[in-house]
Amino acid sequence: MSELKFEEALARLEEIVRNLEQGEAALDEALVLFEEGVKLARFCNQQLDQAQAKIEIMMNDGKIETFEVSET
Amino acid sequence: MRILLQPLSVSELTKQITLALTGPEFQSVAVAGEISNFLHHRSGHMYFSLRDAQSRIKAVMFRGRNQRLGFVPKNGDTLVAMGSIGVYEPNGEYQLYVDLLLPLGMGDFHLAFEQLKDKLDKEGLFDAARKRSLPVLPRRVGVITSPSGAAIRDILHVLTRRYPGVQVLVFPALVQGEGAPASLIQALAAAQETNVDVIIIGRGGGSFEDLVAFNDEGLARAIAGSTIPVVSACGHETDFTIADFVADLRAPTPSAAAEIVVPLQEELIANVASLQSRMVSFVQRKIQADRRYVRNLSQRPVLLRPEHHLNQQRQRLDELVTGLGRYERHGVFVKREKLAGLVGKLETLSPLATLGRGYSICQNERGQILRQSHQVVPGDVVNVTLQEGSLSCIVEGRRT
Repeated sequence: MSELKFEEALARLEEIVRNLEQGEAALDEALVLFEEGVKLARFCNQQLDQAQAKIEIMMNDGKIETFEVSET
Repeated sequence: MRILLQPLSVSELTKQITLALTGPEFQSVAVAGEISNFLHHRSGHMYFSLRDAQSRIKAVMFRGRNQRLGFVPKNGDTLVAMGSIGVYEPNGEYQLYVDLLLPLGMGDFHLAFEQLKDKLDKEGLFDAARKRSLPVLPRRVGVITSPSGAAIRDILHVLTRRYPGVQVLVFPALVQGEGAPASLIQALAAAQETNVDVIIIGRGGGSFEDLVAFNDEGLARAIAGSTIPVVSACGHETDFTIADFVADLRAPTPSAAAEIVVPLQEELIANVASLQSRMVSFVQRKIQADRRYVRNLSQRPVLLRPEHHLNQQRQRLDELVTGLGRYERHGVFVKREKLAGLVGKLETLSPLATLGRGYSICQNERGQILRQSHQVVPGDVVNVTLQEGSLSCIVEGRRT
């Protein structure tokens, strides 16, 4: 799941919820979808949880310099 | 010697004139003049004449061309029209087909701007179909601007406020002055080599002349060629730059670009949480419903007291057996009754019974039963059958 993009995960999660709520999945199918949905939600939350902004500047020599951001 | 003049048809002559007039020297002309007879037709096309003190030329600007016009021309306006000469064959009239109409006295910058805009537009660089969509949540945002201006401060401020975990890679570039276009193009090229998945390119507000770097043809082509979606942010609410037209999205200011590029983190978190809870509550409901259903089934009598069901079946079987016996007995009785009836009927019909009542049967010698006296003559022998035994008699006489 590391290659997954946030929007793809979110779109799939939305699709799963739609399927569950509209479809007539049998309990075992519903549980498989549910498990996938839980993983996707966890992935989305992980993506959203990066606490610290990172500001980098591309220098002239092609090196990248990092600046910590402090709350202003 | 006779010269034979072969006459041309009107349309043949017109075609030859058309050919003569549509040579390369008339395909790209700019002409200054005053507008007269201006008509904006219902069809959207504009028809007018351009004139000076001595001459007049008819002109037409089609709807597709005049839609982007920033002003409405009117009679008396002095303008520069750019376009090509063509012939309207039905009337045999040559006229100017106008691509671009500019107010006279427009600065060189504006003139160059309009010409470049028109050229790139014709190439399709502004087509909506070319525009790429932006990622919902960019992993890393590239920002191309001056490292010292207000624009970078505004952008970083908005980005980190909306999305506290944002990853930004800044590509410093000159945004004005002679070297600005080359610097911007170079930064754009450098950004292509990184993993940023959206680019903001821009600068803070300035006069039209300050934005000249963003009207550079080379930069326009670099933006069009970017593999990463580009948001332009040149700091002008009203004036558009060429970069604005060619970018995937135009933001009116650098702050607005930052707003567009990253989502509000709390909104996304709430969205994911809501999806998650919908999913959980669905599964809970589903399990509850299934459990209810199973309980319902398990409380049906057949499962609850199987012996009861068995007994019922047994009882039913007994009933059936009894019924069968009754039916059988009933059947025999009916048959016996019927037989007795038939026998009784048979008895009443039997001649023996008639004889029992005292009648007798008289037959001739051939065995024929006699019913009339003339069937015999005196002297015949007849046989008379009684209930018991029979008599052999000779006829002595007969009466009718």
